[in-house]
Amino acid sequence: MTSKLDRTFAQLRQHGEKALITYVMAGDPSLQDTEQLVVELEKAGADIIELGVPFSDPIADGPVIQQAAERALRSGASLRAILSMIARLRAKTQIPLVLMAYYNTIHAFGPERFFQEAAQAGVDGLILPDMPPDEAGPLKGPAAAAGLPLIFLLAPTSTSARRTFVARQSQGFVYYVSLTGITGAKLLNLADVEKNVGKIRKVTKLPVAVGFGVATPEDAAKVAAIADGVIVGSAIVKQIAAYREKPEMVKHVAEFVRSLKTAMRMAQPKSG
Amino acid sequence: MMSSVPNKQGRFGAYGGRYVPETLMPALLELEQEYARVKKDRSFQSELAYYLKHYVGRPTSLYFAQRLTKRLGGAKVYLKREDLCHTGAHKINNAIGQGLLAKRMKKPRIIAETGAGQHGVATATVAAMFGLQCEVYMGTEDMQRQALNVFRMRLLGSTVTGVDAGSRTLKDAISEAMRDWTTNIRTTHYILGSVLGAHPYPMMIRDFQSIIGREARRQILAAEGRLPDCLIACVGGGSNAIGLFHAFIKDKKVKMIGVEAGGMGVASGKHAARFAGGKPGVLQGTMTYLLQGEDGQVNLTHSVSAGLDYAAIGPEHSYLRDQGRAEYTSVTDDEAMAAFDILAREEGIMPALESAHAIAHTMKVAPRMKKSQILVVNLSGRGDKDVQQIANMRGITL
Ligand SMILES: Cc1ncc(COP(=O)(O)O)c(C=O)c1O
Repeated sequence: MTSKLDRTFAQLRQHGEKALITYVMAGDPSLQDTEQLVVELEKAGADIIELGVPFSDPIADGPVIQQAAERALRSGASLRAILSMIARLRAKTQIPLVLMAYYNTIHAFGPERFFQEAAQAGVDGLILPDMPPDEAGPLKGPAAAAGLPLIFLLAPTSTSARRTFVARQSQGFVYYVSLTGITGAKLLNLADVEKNVGKIRKVTKLPVAVGFGVATPEDAAKVAAIADGVIVGSAIVKQIAAYREKPEMVKHVAEFVRSLKTAMRMAQPKSG
Repeated sequence: MMSSVPNKQGRFGAYGGRYVPETLMPALLELEQEYARVKKDRSFQSELAYYLKHYVGRPTSLYFAQRLTKRLGGAKVYLKREDLCHTGAHKINNAIGQGLLAKRMKKPRIIAETGAGQHGVATATVAAMFGLQCEVYMGTEDMQRQALNVFRMRLLGSTVTGVDAGSRTLKDAISEAMRDWTTNIRTTHYILGSVLGAHPYPMMIRDFQSIIGREARRQILAAEGRLPDCLIACVGGGSNAIGLFHAFIKDKKVKMIGVEAGGMGVASGKHAARFAGGKPGVLQGTMTYLLQGEDGQVNLTHSVSAGLDYAAIGPEHSYLRDQGRAEYTSVTDDEAMAAFDILAREEGIMPALESAHAIAHTMKVAPRMKKSQILVVNLSGRGDKDVQQIANMRGITL
């Protein structure tokens, strides 16, 4: 079965474009803001939006996203409220929405119920940063029944055995973590990213998206030349944090996203 | 005797596992392999035994607490004196083991988290002795209540890094150590301090601590010619408790009781009694009983003792409880403080506030037992580190 993510990547490929995947923490600073952001970021050029589900103990995240999670929790953004927001958004936009959630939030919700309700609300995929495919066995049935892709991550430390194992379990795309570290760190070594993306391509036909450490339009352009998707998180969350009390917050963040997409388009040789 | 858990996936029944970012997976798999190798390696085991004997001071004594026994008027109370270990708590049994492992894996840098500061001090000590670079993460709330241990770690040449996130206690220190490990994994070994985290940590740390129970079993057989009726230990993550229990798991007649931090009382919500107030969930790499809200956010905890002030419990304890092999209870801050005074005055031993929880529960059960019965209580650490905090609580300036 092809998912909405599959179709999005296929369409972009036809147009000779790469996917811009933007991360925002749902509920930061409020769910109303997130709702507006999703609509405006799509207009600004985002192809897929990753919505963070806030968690009290985000072990894979640096301070920028940790603080966003704290703000979101203070604003009352539970998984249930996030799913309702997504259902509302579906009257306005069909952009693919991928949830990024630490597993305990799903476990507490009840995995079976979660997949049903998430698919119904209009979620298009799930990324669990603290659940490698080794632990995801019990989720596969419910995820497949709901038609929700489970997206797994690879890292610079992954061995070749794990590269094959993880890439074959992943659906929608493979998320390559560009650096040995947590979100918000600085992108160090583009040559290394290129080499590893090449190795992943040898074991899967899935699109490969690169995230962690992509902060500027220049970074985005460089990564777009290597991968099928560019994931930008902390850099966007930082803008949201800086402008969160100002009326022009959404507009400002949309401008930043537009600059990312523009840089990515310029970097692509027009084809197809 | 080794029990058959965990399985190859690191599962203790429904609990345990490896819920970590992919970046850490290769390191955990490597650690698992390396640990499996040294477990069977004679030279590693004899080196470990050497340091435990000559550096830590093992075996620690199993001391018959005559005056406490008399005062309680019931079962004979024996104290397993982990407070007599070098650096003052059982934590060093594990730190030595993992320090040797880090050396074998040629990692020049080690990191650790600490709550009460005892694991931090033990790790800093081992780092100094083995010539390793060491950084310890500690919540800023804990740095305040355990200021003496912070200074000890610095005297030993370690860097202590304050963690100002969340509840500013042990849980946040572990998250920060995991982030450091994720970033510096190629040069760094993470010496986790309790039977927590992802596989193989809960198993490996249990094995390193199980010397406590192996000694106690031999010692009680020598002293009394029979096994004890009951074992009691406090449970933070659960390493001193599993360390004592492990050698007795197959002795079905030996009852095992873990004592959690009841804080201001379970009804107050200000506590760390995971079995009384929690349900299974995933925190920091493992599936286990966890104090959490309805939507899976981890609750803030409270205990007078920093070493018990944590929202999750080691996965093997969740398993032992489900199996009905061990039981768990809690005592309040006030009960632990009262037990501290009694042990100090009756036996001339100041227990760590963590260990005082085990003593407090002993004071409840010993009087209800027969004089012919035997209790073994793990005195996991000494109370010197808590003296300042106790003075503060009593309004005394030192
Ligand atoms: C003396 C002492 N006892 C007990 C504990 C609790 O840890 P665990 O439950 O792993 O033994 C600590 C932790 O810091 C400690 O210092």
